[in-house]
Amino acid sequence: MEHLIVSDVTLSFGGLKALSQVNMEIEPGLITSIIGPNGAGKTSMLNCVSGFYHPTKGDIFYKEKKLTHASPHQISNMGIARAFQNLELFSGLSVLDNLLLARHQNLNYNFFQALLFFGKASRVESENRAYVEGVIDFMELEPYRKSLVGNLSYGVQKKVEVARALTLAPELLLLDEPMAGMNIEEKEDIVRFVMDIQKERGVTVVLVEHDLGVVMDISDRIYVLDFGEVIGSGTPQEVSENPKVIEAYIGEE
Amino acid sequence: MDNTDQLLKYTIPQLLRWRVGVSPKKTALKEKEFGIWNSYTWAEYYDYVRKTALGLQELGMAESETIGIISDNIPEVLFSAIGAHCLGAISAGIYQTSMPDEISQIINYLKITFVFCDNQEQVDKLIEIRDQVPNVKKVIFEDPRGMRDYMSDDWFVAIEDVYKLGQESHEQDPELFESLVDKGQPDDVCHLCLTSGTTGLPKGTMLTHKNYINMGVQITQVDHLESTDEYVSFLPFAWIGEQMNSFGVAMATGITLNFPESVETSMADLKEIGPHFMFGAPRIYETIRSEIWLKIDQSYWLNKLLYNYFIKVGEKAANYRMQGESMPFGLRIKAWLGKQLIFRPLINQIGFLRLRRAYTGGAALGPELFTFYQAIGVNLKQIYGQTEIVGIAYMHRDGDVRSDTVGKPLPGTECKISDEGEILSKSDSVTPGYFELPEKTEELLEGGWLHSGDAGYIDDNGHLVVIDRVSDVMHNKKDEMFSPMFLENKLKFSPYIKEAVIYGNKEDFVGCLINVDPIVVGKWAEDRGVSYTTYMDLSSKPEIADLIMEQIIDVNERAEKEHFKIKRFALLYKLLDVDDGELTKTGKIRRKFVQEKYQNLYEGLYNKDTDNMEVEALYKYQDGQSTTVKTSIKFYTMKGV
Repeated sequence: MEHLIVSDVTLSFGGLKALSQVNMEIEPGLITSIIGPNGAGKTSMLNCVSGFYHPTKGDIFYKEKKLTHASPHQISNMGIARAFQNLELFSGLSVLDNLLLARHQNLNYNFFQALLFFGKASRVESENRAYVEGVIDFMELEPYRKSLVGNLSYGVQKKVEVARALTLAPELLLLDEPMAGMNIEEKEDIVRFVMDIQKERGVTVVLVEHDLGVVMDISDRIYVLDFGEVIGSGTPQEVSENPKVIEAYIGEE
Repeated sequence: MDNTDQLLKYTIPQLLRWRVGVSPKKTALKEKEFGIWNSYTWAEYYDYVRKTALGLQELGMAESETIGIISDNIPEVLFSAIGAHCLGAISAGIYQTSMPDEISQIINYLKITFVFCDNQEQVDKLIEIRDQVPNVKKVIFEDPRGMRDYMSDDWFVAIEDVYKLGQESHEQDPELFESLVDKGQPDDVCHLCLTSGTTGLPKGTMLTHKNYINMGVQITQVDHLESTDEYVSFLPFAWIGEQMNSFGVAMATGITLNFPESVETSMADLKEIGPHFMFGAPRIYETIRSEIWLKIDQSYWLNKLLYNYFIKVGEKAANYRMQGESMPFGLRIKAWLGKQLIFRPLINQIGFLRLRRAYTGGAALGPELFTFYQAIGVNLKQIYGQTEIVGIAYMHRDGDVRSDTVGKPLPGTECKISDEGEILSKSDSVTPGYFELPEKTEELLEGGWLHSGDAGYIDDNGHLVVIDRVSDVMHNKKDEMFSPMFLENKLKFSPYIKEAVIYGNKEDFVGCLINVDPIVVGKWAEDRGVSYTTYMDLSSKPEIADLIMEQIIDVNERAEKEHFKIKRFALLYKLLDVDDGELTKTGKIRRKFVQEKYQNLYEGLYNKDTDNMEVEALYKYQDGQSTTVKTSIKFYTMKGV
């Protein structure tokens, strides 16, 4: 059974078509990458899936449920989390607080319990902290637990961004250029994290990434977008031999 | 104190069993994980050691086999090391930073048949050298993360599975383990400790149970430790400095060992624990001092004012205190005020408030650093010893701290200076020799004395003074002797100087290459509007050269002898680094290697007509790529030297 199905999705802003009749099937448990030149519609695609945009035409299904017109918080409740290309963190809060905040949906105690920090409130809070600590350990963020996010280097902030998405305990993780602006060492780290997220946490990963070397290395499936259209798809091998893809990337001979 | 002679009759596992009898419910180990300190009592510690020992036996480990340990400090390191000791097997520590080919050399030299790794990073190194180490039977790993693809290979065993095997074996034959522990003799070799390898390949020093326990017992005869004291384990386990605490001191006194969450967090974790004693290489104390200076510099005016006034008071008081003399009443009042107003809050910030004693060893520390730490109320003392004598044989006594000496011998240690001026020692902690190197062993233990290779003398107060390595002492053209390390340490006391390499053997004058401190000098440059990009750029700024020149003038003014004065220097364009082979794993300069690598700069230093030189710097990245960058390096001559 397919996890996420994008069926005939078109997204237009006035006369401009960001996506036109895009079809995708994201299989569970795999790393699927979406690549394409700048302005090809990669981030628009993620925005449609995570509910920031709603497709003009077409539908998106997740586990046979339609989420075409669902709002971002409803989608995140369905187990889809997203790490943003441009960091969307609270720079005045610590790493720990940023991550705890991402678990706010699990804070289901009432006002009086919170006031006395008694019973359910304290239990739920410690459960959340335990979960967050697991993510901190997984992403190797221990040295930064109490540091303000704004004071951290860009590479570390990116890691926090991915950690924040993981804190939602997603089944499907959307990563928007997690490696942009990183040095080689940081990139290698993130690649290892992405693979571990998929294999050890069993999370389905959708990766938007510019670094073709990385994409070819770790993806199970690739979709290539160009001017809002899917121009090729398949395994890394198939995609790299696809003449349309070569043309879009290198130009005509 | 417990009856100490009794302790010396035990092996390490037997002593552990004895500890369980004395205080089974007391915390022996604490480890920070998921942000929480988890503790193991002595009884639990012993349980884990039993499970590991029997598990290793099930996996085929026999007497006198060796388990190599490549790991950050975690309780499992001790479980597997002491577990091996229970079987009459031997443990050996390998530095986590070692490269794969280094590891394969060590494994083959020490005849290692089992390896314990903490995580995938280390396991991957073993995979790389698998066909070079055919004798390794099993690789045991602690953290299963990233190991999913290796699970099908029975070369790898998770520590959890070792425990399971051990538990099953124990249930089948509950008497077995105790009988194994009973078999051990205190004079059995239990650990092979690699020497730092300042010259050539490291040698494996054989150390016995008695060597370790004796050292732990003797040090507490001088500086008493309570069993409620805390120690933070952040030195590399492969270094004698860590083993002497985890095998020797902890077992002999029953203190609690604390394991930080990760290497990066160890200083923050130290603050949370607030240890009662600590041990470290000079580098650690230098770094902490720089941090303090930086913090004070960034603080507001009142703090700065108080600090600058009271640090002088503190230094005066420290001089009295270090000599054990009573100070004048007025000074005592002022020193007390300074302690309450600024120094107690200050050292609390770094987690030193409960610290009764801090030891430094492994290399010499500048005298000014002693005064500095004593002034802010940290009882910093020098220790001296070699791997071959379990790290500590000499140390300062409280109230008798002299910054130019390494103190007096521990009880039970004899000291003699040979006719050549070499320091010789004798005690129950002296190694039986190097592993499978009979010639080197004979050299080391000639005449029944441990030959340190260090030149030194005993001063009028009965303190040992170490000059330098016998082989490192230099002579200028007039055959006047000087110690490069001594001068380097004087330079390094300046917060702006991170590292210095002194030259001048068989030359007319002393010259040096200097690494400026990137953080302190970087801040200095920022404050003065000197813009820079990289470390290379920063080092080539004329403003920085002027700054360093001032520091050298200061050092030259205080030079004990005329020929100690530094005449020419240059600022090196890159930091000396362990990965580039310029420093040993414990942070000492590998003099010969550095001299060969920077031969052109050496020639520039001693050719007085050279002011400027074009050099190509080779940078190696961690992934094996390298680039060359062209830069020019300037040589500066000090006036009036």
